[in-house]
Amino acid sequence: MASRRSFLLGLGAIAFAGGGARLALAAAPVDQRFVVIILRGAMDGLSAIPPYADPDYRDLRGALAIAAPGQADGALDLDGAFGLHPRLATLKALYDQKQLIVAHAVATAYRERSHFDGQDLLENGTPVPHGTADGWLNRTLALLNGDDGLGLALGDQVPLMLRGKVAVTSWAPKKLPGADADFVSRVAQMYQASPILLAALESAMDADRMAAGALGPNPTPMTGGGYRRGAAKALAEAAGKFLADPDGPRIAVLEINGWDTHSGQGTANGRLAQALGELDAATAALRQSLGATWARTAVLTATEFGRTAAPNGTGGTDHGTASGAFLMGGAIEGGRVLTDWPGLDRSRLYQGRDLAPTMDLRALAKGVLADHLHLPPDALARVVFPNSGAVAPIADLIRAT
Amino acid sequence: MSTPQALIATQRFGLGAKPGDLAQRAADPQGWLLDQVGVTAPLPGIQPSAQRVVVLAEARRERQEMKQSGDKNADVFAQLKTQQRNIYLGDATARLEAAIASDTPFVERWVRFWSNHFTVSIARAAISGLVVPFENEAIRPNVFGRFADLALAVVRHPAMLLYLDNAQSIGPNSPVGRRREAGLNENLARELMELHTLGVDGGYAQDDVRALAKILTGWTIARPGRMAERLNATPGTFRFIALAHEPGDKTLLGKRYAENGEQEGIAAIRDLSGHPATAQHIARKIARHFLADDPPPVAVASLAEAFTSSGGDLAALARRLVSLPQSWSLPMTKARPPEEWLIAIRRAFPAGKDAPSRKMLGALQQLGQVPFAAPSPAGWPDESAGWLGPEALMARIDFANAAAQRIRVAQPRAMVDQILGPGIADESRQQIERAPSVPDAVALLLVSPEFMLR
Repeated sequence: MASRRSFLLGLGAIAFAGGGARLALAAAPVDQRFVVIILRGAMDGLSAIPPYADPDYRDLRGALAIAAPGQADGALDLDGAFGLHPRLATLKALYDQKQLIVAHAVATAYRERSHFDGQDLLENGTPVPHGTADGWLNRTLALLNGDDGLGLALGDQVPLMLRGKVAVTSWAPKKLPGADADFVSRVAQMYQASPILLAALESAMDADRMAAGALGPNPTPMTGGGYRRGAAKALAEAAGKFLADPDGPRIAVLEINGWDTHSGQGTANGRLAQALGELDAATAALRQSLGATWARTAVLTATEFGRTAAPNGTGGTDHGTASGAFLMGGAIEGGRVLTDWPGLDRSRLYQGRDLAPTMDLRALAKGVLADHLHLPPDALARVVFPNSGAVAPIADLIRAT
Repeated sequence: MSTPQALIATQRFGLGAKPGDLAQRAADPQGWLLDQVGVTAPLPGIQPSAQRVVVLAEARRERQEMKQSGDKNADVFAQLKTQQRNIYLGDATARLEAAIASDTPFVERWVRFWSNHFTVSIARAAISGLVVPFENEAIRPNVFGRFADLALAVVRHPAMLLYLDNAQSIGPNSPVGRRREAGLNENLARELMELHTLGVDGGYAQDDVRALAKILTGWTIARPGRMAERLNATPGTFRFIALAHEPGDKTLLGKRYAENGEQEGIAAIRDLSGHPATAQHIARKIARHFLADDPPPVAVASLAEAFTSSGGDLAALARRLVSLPQSWSLPMTKARPPEEWLIAIRRAFPAGKDAPSRKMLGALQQLGQVPFAAPSPAGWPDESAGWLGPEALMARIDFANAAAQRIRVAQPRAMVDQILGPGIADESRQQIERAPSVPDAVALLLVSPEFMLR
């Protein structure tokens, strides 16, 4: 990797005409860090954040109900009404340190039940699927007037949330010995005639340079090729190292799969518990590797929708509407549950089947972008989340400094 | 001499040229593709899924018994997953080898398109041993038949019934549903409409998902033992279990399906297959896969017309695809997905004895596309952006570098002519011919735009 970096510094201006400026990162416009963790597949909020004191919870959830705090495999109590799933011990500790806000009955603007459209809307930031071809975090980067390189995707691909006009980098641990600088410069020459490939190569070089600086020569190996359990922890650890670099990225996205629990969902164990365990481990790894930078960091989880309030016929849950969200980090004014709880009485369920949404995920995101990254409300309502004027940013999410 | 059309035939619609292919195809590239349409044979040496389903079912039962007797020692299920994984590795390697050797690569591409359209995935580890048999039994025999028959074969296959949970879905008011606490699972019903037939904007609503889920209750797998005996069924194969079927009439997309057991589902799948939204959805997806991320509307319209006017005849659809003028236009803009790229490398440079084929799966893991490991039921992406992330591109450059060390080539210039033909861009040809070593020349060829795109 070091040899690639020397290529970049030495030959960059030849290989990427006009791209020289981005090699030297100008002083970044913000010092805060913002991480979004996309939970693909629709997280079941009623098991992740059990409303154990709701009088209808146990009957409605049946075999999927998480036991009350104090019982075997019981929820980790938050405030006497809501708890965390027993696999979320790291999150519970953050809550106790007032660094976690647990938001409940949260949804995007999407009210259908397709994963793929739901994720598209979650990432594009408009109120409709395929409303734009770029993502709301890329538009955020544009508003920060940042150089290319302030946005980072962890994994082989850049998710839609980060795609757009501003070039971002992506990073996954190297699995093969790298090609040397001379070879890469020849490839770059060859790609002069192919804009698609040239753009991808240029981004890869940026990421490589960053990795050489932040991680040193031996990053944690990872398995790729389709989603593998456990990958998130290694990616979170790397994300923390990149973000801790004063000249590094400010905004990062990582993804955790495995939330589509149509069967075998389980309670303290099972498919959902595995996914939550992965989220918990990734959170711990991120915090650890961020070090002192954690104090300036906000992390938001985002899932496309929730799941049915009642179990389906096969020990799982089908696609629903509202779920929960976690907002955590040293910058968060935490230690509280944030919800306008709609209740679980059948008459209160959305379409008689799902937890009803009472908070818009964009309101949470806008609150963070306004008070943490200091974006103006007008730009948030028009550019980052178009047509969201009616969705006010939630105030006081960020700790006063 | 070869022509640009020969390169299109072998790359856009095939799996890459073997040495000599381009010259041979030059006379009639379209005819070569048309001649392939209509004939498919199952891959030899793949064990039938039924036997594997039986093993799976027995392990589940054993685990249940051990749980009940409080024995927590040996987890038979964990052993089973390892076993299934090993079976999968053997199957998937054999499938790769078959593609590398194939003389009908358009058929292999066409099969892969439909396998991906009807994705089953080893993300559900327990079905790892079923994914290649699924392609062999449900996809391959039907890719040049009627779409409705393909869809029916897919929905009845144990791999799909397990992957999208329908095997356990039970009508709440059926005798089985009333006897024990069990009920509907919407997963297959939803994806059947959203992904497999109508498309997400195809005009269905939540009530339709429920209705189709009810219609498909009872579509399950004959468990070995008493159940199979009683039903006189081959254990581990599809069975309709009337006792688990939700009774009563159902309304799907405004049409009433009178209570009629298994026939309801057959009728519903046939109706969905013939729906105009399905023709549009399939046409668009095929055009996007083979032609361009944003395919010409005229090509999509023509494919939809071929689908509709032939009653969903997939052979007619394949012929129409390779007859479209847009199918033969340059430039190539679609990224070859990693599996296609790796197969093309092995076709271009037949491996010596030092390239054990199992290593190919490891390579595909590094490159980001383990066969049948798509992260969701939507399958692998068809858009180029999904394969050209910066990290993904760098992995290919690194892989090409490593692979080229093991490839022996006497004459780089002749190699370029054989593999890519005379249409290659000056930039690519110059870099390859000026490379400081033969391995560098080979590696540059492998990552050249002409070899990466199709």
